[in-house]
Amino acid sequence: MLLQVDGVASFYGEFQALFDVSLEVAEGETVAVIGANGAGKSTLLRTVVGLMARTTGTVAFDGRPLEGVPTHRRLGLGIAMVPEGRRIFPSLTVEENLLVGAHRHRPGGWDAGRILELFPALADKRRRPGTRLSGGEQQMLAIGRALMANPRLLLLDEVSLGLAPIVVRRIYQALPEVVAGGATVVLVEQDIGRALRTADRVYCLLEGRVALQGPSGGLTRQQITDAYFGMRAGTGGGGRA
Amino acid sequence: MTWLNDVVQGLLLGGLYALFATGLSLMFGVMRLVNLAHGDLSIVAAFLALAIVDTVPVNPLWTVPLVVPLMFGVGYLLQRGLLNYTLRGGDPLPPVLVTFGLSIILQNLLLEVFSADSQGLDAGRIEDASIRVSDRLAVGWFPLLTLLVGIAVLAGLQLLIGRTRLGRAFRATADDPEAASLVGLDHRHVYAMATGIALATVAIAGIFLGIRTTFAPSVGPTRLIFAFEAVVIGGLGSLWGTLLGGLVLGVAQTLGAQLSPGWGVLAGHLVFLAVLAFRPTGLLGKAVPA
Repeated sequence: MLLQVDGVASFYGEFQALFDVSLEVAEGETVAVIGANGAGKSTLLRTVVGLMARTTGTVAFDGRPLEGVPTHRRLGLGIAMVPEGRRIFPSLTVEENLLVGAHRHRPGGWDAGRILELFPALADKRRRPGTRLSGGEQQMLAIGRALMANPRLLLLDEVSLGLAPIVVRRIYQALPEVVAGGATVVLVEQDIGRALRTADRVYCLLEGRVALQGPSGGLTRQQITDAYFGMRAGTGGGGRA
Repeated sequence: MTWLNDVVQGLLLGGLYALFATGLSLMFGVMRLVNLAHGDLSIVAAFLALAIVDTVPVNPLWTVPLVVPLMFGVGYLLQRGLLNYTLRGGDPLPPVLVTFGLSIILQNLLLEVFSADSQGLDAGRIEDASIRVSDRLAVGWFPLLTLLVGIAVLAGLQLLIGRTRLGRAFRATADDPEAASLVGLDHRHVYAMATGIALATVAIAGIFLGIRTTFAPSVGPTRLIFAFEAVVIGGLGSLWGTLLGGLVLGVAQTLGAQLSPGWGVLAGHLVFLAVLAFRPTGLLGKAVPA
């Protein structure tokens, strides 16, 4: 397993956001995490990159426990995240936002040139401040910045949030090339249909717990709806593995 | 013509103030940290130069290549070992209290080691030499050198921040420390580099101060106030603003002193207050998010 999350609980101060969450991702897989607002999807990704101050349970990457490894060193191991809200650096140009992504990069096929090929919309805006882009372009930049590190595991947090459907489609069209480039992808997505089409397997979180998991093709709409809204009676063969 | 002379002398004095203010501006820009021990650290650098000159009789300007890296190291360790811990949680009070305490500790340490006597660094002939422009206007070589070094330090820093990998790391971390950690930047190291560079510039300022005038363990806070005024007049977060702020302060002080010898420092304070009142972002500053 490339990523192994086992019995994890995470807290914001006194508030517990995750309860006994376990998740496994094999190398080369694309896994989607779905769930309602506040279900703990972003918290799960933040826990994997080490941004949560208080967590219990274990997170292991390529067999190595990550306890005590700070976020910047997890990137060096090969875990990159595209954060919710994109978080482009406003003081840096588009090009510099990409270059700063390579600050602690691993060897691999991604560089600024290839990312501008992947997202041609960014190419002629290289000298602009990173925040003077449309929302979709900022999202492309955020993904490009994460790719610059040549991650083995790429975490995408709500990349479609607030974007027009056509822009979302363009961003998702780039995903196969990212996977082909060697990255294993875990994505958090509000759009269930898109999550099922994109991912090999799906986890559904409900109020901080894994309510359902399974292969994208093997789950019925009814199972997903029940898990999403918390109607336990209908979870059938799902639930925690 | 005496007015012209005063303005020129003020600009030259402003070069020294800009040199003092650079490090303060850098530290505030990168991590929103106001270092109240800034002035005292410059005096530490001056005393280090004095200690070297007392041991090996060389021109104090030659101590720069030794004291600057030394102060860089002091700055790196100070940030890494102490000040980083005051920045946790984003409360602005702990860094202020800790650097205030540090200021008192440094003053007393200097007093203990070097006594309260005023000291000076003797750079020889360059201190008195001047270029005679006209009967009533002469430009001293040393003040001119100070201004040029101040401009060079600011320009170098601007290049570092604008063009280098480290500069990108400074800007990214200043923008968003959490997002910076996601691209592999360790804010503890980035902050320590900023403080190291800040104290390297402070070392130059301290040595030039020691050559220009006398210094004692207790004069650090005055240096801090002038540096602080230069930063605020020029605008927080703008290095060229800091240069401008230093020059404006220098000119205000010399013109004020021309009106009455006691009014020099007061005139500087009044300009500072006027900028705060009428243009709180400073002459070249951008609005700073709270």
